[in-house]
This record gives sequence, C-alpha cells and structure tokens, in this order.
Amino acid sequence: MEGAALLGRLSWQLADVVDLIAETARVKTLALDIPGWQGHRTGQHVDVRLTAEDGYQVERSYSIASAPNGTRVELTVERLDDGEVSPYLTDELRPGDRLELRGPVGGYFAWEPALGGPVLLVGGGSGIVPLMAMIRERARAGVDVDMRLIFSSRSWDSIIYRDELQRLSGSGLTVAHTLTRSQPEGWTGYARRVDAEMLSEIGPDAGTNPHVYVCGPTPFVEAVATALVGLGHEPHRIRTERFGPTGG
Amino acid sequence: MDSLTLDGNAIAGLLQEVFVLEMTSAIGTCASCGASEPIGAVRVFRGAGVVLRCPHCGDVLAKIVKREEQACVDLSGFRTLEGASRAGLAVRDDR
Repeated sequence: MEGAALLGRLSWQLADVVDLIAETARVKTLALDIPGWQGHRTGQHVDVRLTAEDGYQVERSYSIASAPNGTRVELTVERLDDGEVSPYLTDELRPGDRLELRGPVGGYFAWEPALGGPVLLVGGGSGIVPLMAMIRERARAGVDVDMRLIFSSRSWDSIIYRDELQRLSGSGLTVAHTLTRSQPEGWTGYARRVDAEMLSEIGPDAGTNPHVYVCGPTPFVEAVATALVGLGHEPHRIRTERFGPTGG
Repeated sequence: MDSLTLDGNAIAGLLQEVFVLEMTSAIGTCASCGASEPIGAVRVFRGAGVVLRCPHCGDVLAKIVKREEQACVDLSGFRTLEGASRAGLAVRDDR
C-alpha cells in the first residue's frame, strides 16, 4: 500500500481557512479544510508554519480542538501580545486564506473512546483546547464514558467554549468551573486555583484508576499533577501538557 | 520562569520529522538520575536548537539542531529510549 509506505513521513501542506469564530476577546477558533486529511486522535497537534516575504520562517504547534470530522479541522488559538505567530492567526487571517501546516503529530497526550474511563480532564485557560477535542469526541462517538472536567479560567467572560460545555454536560459528562480572578454576581462555583480538595470533590477516586489529562500553563500543570499524586493517583496515569505564557 | 519552556508534546512534529516515528509516547530513561518519563512529559527549551531536559534532575537528555534540511541529534543524556512506535502514526487504522 502506497499510504503505508509513506507512514510517518511528515510533509507540509496547505489548508484552506473556511471560518473564524471568536471564542472570547483573546481567543479565536480557526476552522480549516485540509485536503486529504486522514483524521486524528483527540489530543494530537498540528504544526503551523508562517513564512515572511524575506523567507524567515517560524513554526508553532497547536492542539486540534475538534473531533475527527472529515477534512475539517479546528484549531483554537489564544492571542499572545508578544507572540510571533498567534497575533497573525487571530487578527490577520481571513476566510479564503491559506495556511501551511503538517500533522497530525503526537500521541502521548491522546484519548479515544476505546480507552474508556473514567476520565478526569483538568484545564487551565487555553489548556482546554485538547481536552475539548476529547469531550467532543466522546459526544460524537455517543459513548457514556464517565468524563469529568475541571476548568480554571480567570473570569466568566474568559471561559472558552462556555456555551458548548454547558450544552454537552450531563449524561456522564461533569463540568466544573473555577474562576480565579473575578466572579459574576451570585456565582456559587469555585473561585480559587485548582487544589487537592477540588480534585477530590469533582474527580473520580484514585482507586478507580482514571485516565487523567492535565493541560495548561507550566505552573498550573505542576501544581495539579503534584496534588493528584498526593491524592494517590498513579503518576503514569497522569498525562500532562504544558505551555509557557508566551509560547507564541 | 523561562517563557520558552514547553514540554515534549510541543516538538512532536520535529521528533517525527527526525525519527519518522511517533516519539512523544516513547519512554526515555535519564542517564544521570535514572528516572523514566514519556518524551511528551520532558522539559523542552527552544533557542537556536531544541534542548530536552529531565523533569526530575534537570540534566540535558538530548539536543536537536536543524540546519536547512539536516538535523544534528545528540541523545547522550538518555540511558535508554524505548517504545517509539510506527503504530502511533497509524491514525485510525487501529479502530
């Protein structure tokens, strides 16, 4: 099979930008059509490459936000003010533009329905993106895997995918928000950083051997992973993905 | 904190380009401290090249420098590196 012979050889290709969706003031979803896309596992990435007129190139890795859906792939990008790539993607890109990328890549931070549950997802800010792909895949596949999300955002307005998370929650998907900087009037949810108490209140018991995925800024991931180990979770069941605050 | 600190997930594409295998699930054992971690979980620092460091002791595990179409790879910080898979590349064949 020709396809099998080429397995693993990554090549850059052009994707068509079909839609841009504002998620919050700083976060946008890029809906792409990638001809020949063979699908992906949720949690995988693509590398995006920008080339300046003088030939200068810069690459960044972005998590795929969507569940597998033909040749349509969505990336959700947070605008970082001093980033080299994200301001272009969030401010300059328009439907009809083309974007150079390659992928899918990765496999360590991946989940699929066949892995089963229970699943604990812990996200900080735009760390929700690969976790959202898993939540969407669970819904798409129509499985009733016990999946629980703890999502830390600064404020109500900065909650990425807020409406969709509300719509998808229930029937085995638990969504718990914590708002660390400001809370709307009458807020009764969590209003602090994710800690051991929150993890044990929302998360499945360590004894049930959950698959755990933690994604967010490096200090967030370190704190959550340490708390999880303290609660008795096996370190090898805790998969982590970190990013620096100015990655890009 | 170093603003360019990431982890091995962020260089999945570079690793696949160099090794032609899915490397983030591979388990690396640090030659200095003996701790084992999936490559997805090791610290990555990006500069002129990419430096992988052990998340436990901080020692350098590997360095990768790309120049045009060539890559220079130093893996001397690993005692072993195992479990790199072709299966990980077969996106949906295993369903």
